[in-house]
Amino acid sequence: MPEGIIVIGENLSYILGGLWVTVAVVGGALSMGLGLGLLLALGQVYGNRLLQRIVGVYVWFFRGIPLLVLLFIFYFGLLSALEIDLSPFTVSIVVLGLISSAYQSQIIRGAILSLPEGQFKAARSLGMSDTRAILFIILPQALRLSIPGWANEYTIIMKDSAVTYALGVTEILARSRHVAERTYQHFWIYILAGCIFLVLTYIGTKLLQRLEEKVRISGYAH
Amino acid sequence: MIEELLFIRQEVAPELIAGLWMSIQLIIPSAVCGLLIGIVIGTLRVYGSPGLKGFAGIYVLFFRGFPLLVQLYLWYFGLPRIGIYLSPFAASVIGFSLCSGAYQSEYIRGALQSIRKGQLLAAYSIGFSHTRAIFSILLPQAVRRALPGCGNELIYLIKYSSLAYMVTCIELTGKGSILANFHFKYLEIFIIVGAIYLLLVSVVSVGLNYLEDRIAVPGFDRPKI
Repeated sequence: MPEGIIVIGENLSYILGGLWVTVAVVGGALSMGLGLGLLLALGQVYGNRLLQRIVGVYVWFFRGIPLLVLLFIFYFGLLSALEIDLSPFTVSIVVLGLISSAYQSQIIRGAILSLPEGQFKAARSLGMSDTRAILFIILPQALRLSIPGWANEYTIIMKDSAVTYALGVTEILARSRHVAERTYQHFWIYILAGCIFLVLTYIGTKLLQRLEEKVRISGYAH
Repeated sequence: MIEELLFIRQEVAPELIAGLWMSIQLIIPSAVCGLLIGIVIGTLRVYGSPGLKGFAGIYVLFFRGFPLLVQLYLWYFGLPRIGIYLSPFAASVIGFSLCSGAYQSEYIRGALQSIRKGQLLAAYSIGFSHTRAIFSILLPQAVRRALPGCGNELIYLIKYSSLAYMVTCIELTGKGSILANFHFKYLEIFIIVGAIYLLLVSVVSVGLNYLEDRIAVPGFDRPKI
């Protein structure tokens, strides 16, 4: 045990060096997932039947295939087939972003559908166009309602980001593995890695909770 | 085209089917153990003594908070340093069960808490002991209510079973990876692997919907998600 603690002390700064990679992957994937997921949700709720079907298939596809397999399809399969050169880091963000967009679209869709239909009709009756009603009436409410769902999605993506190590992205787990192989203190090093992820998810969910309180409209209980 | 199909049929299919079988061997025990752990931990969190509640809470915190891949590494690479050696298969099943159990326990806990308090009191009043009331009255209802969540968790488990490859347990993804490296056909083989998972997930979710309808108690309204 003391040996493990010494090794942790000596290598903590090296492992924490991966923090920025993890944060960048998670941040990139979540923002991409939000942008794309928002469009998908709007397509699924307000689109015509064809668009609804396309979104449905997209969501089914990205929710049904394991992250590891998608990473392999994109990195080893698609990139060489299309002769594009992207770093594992970029591919990880794109793949995690695509998966997250499928999940986030369902969070946002649920939020939009949970709003009373009268909101949209009232906006139309005040002379707002469809687009304006969606942008200024529906989305400000729906996005607020989505925050608890996002907190969940954030913890999932944070933990899944460890899998990007399979492509050689030097995030926290990859660096932990380097240290563990060098020092033979696998047990304590992986406990440390797990605790770093635990702290990251904790901080993130707390921040999102604070955001939820901050943007709450006082007196408006949905 | 014909050659491709022949190649897939003769070289790829037998290997992938062996891999799929291995995946199923990973998934089924993990799902069963995960559900059992989930029921025990979930019940302890609601009805346990303060000490057991604390233990269950810490269990859930760590097994839900650590990434699954880190947990697998801990079992497979970490335990040998303290003298416990696990095969890749055993490490994967243990890792999946413990992690899945933590998630399942949250669904069970939610379902138990959603059952009205009067149920427990009524059971007491007709002479049930605390334990019997929980097992015969509350859990049968809670498990039914938790089924949509638990089913979702099973779907996650199917997808996360691919991580067993990272601790050298050669299942579907592992077989696919070996084949892809050997034949140098990455795109084709990984797409087939992905399609198999997609099929598996779709079949299981249809089965779960059917199961939900089958075990519903008539007259008890069931929120449809």
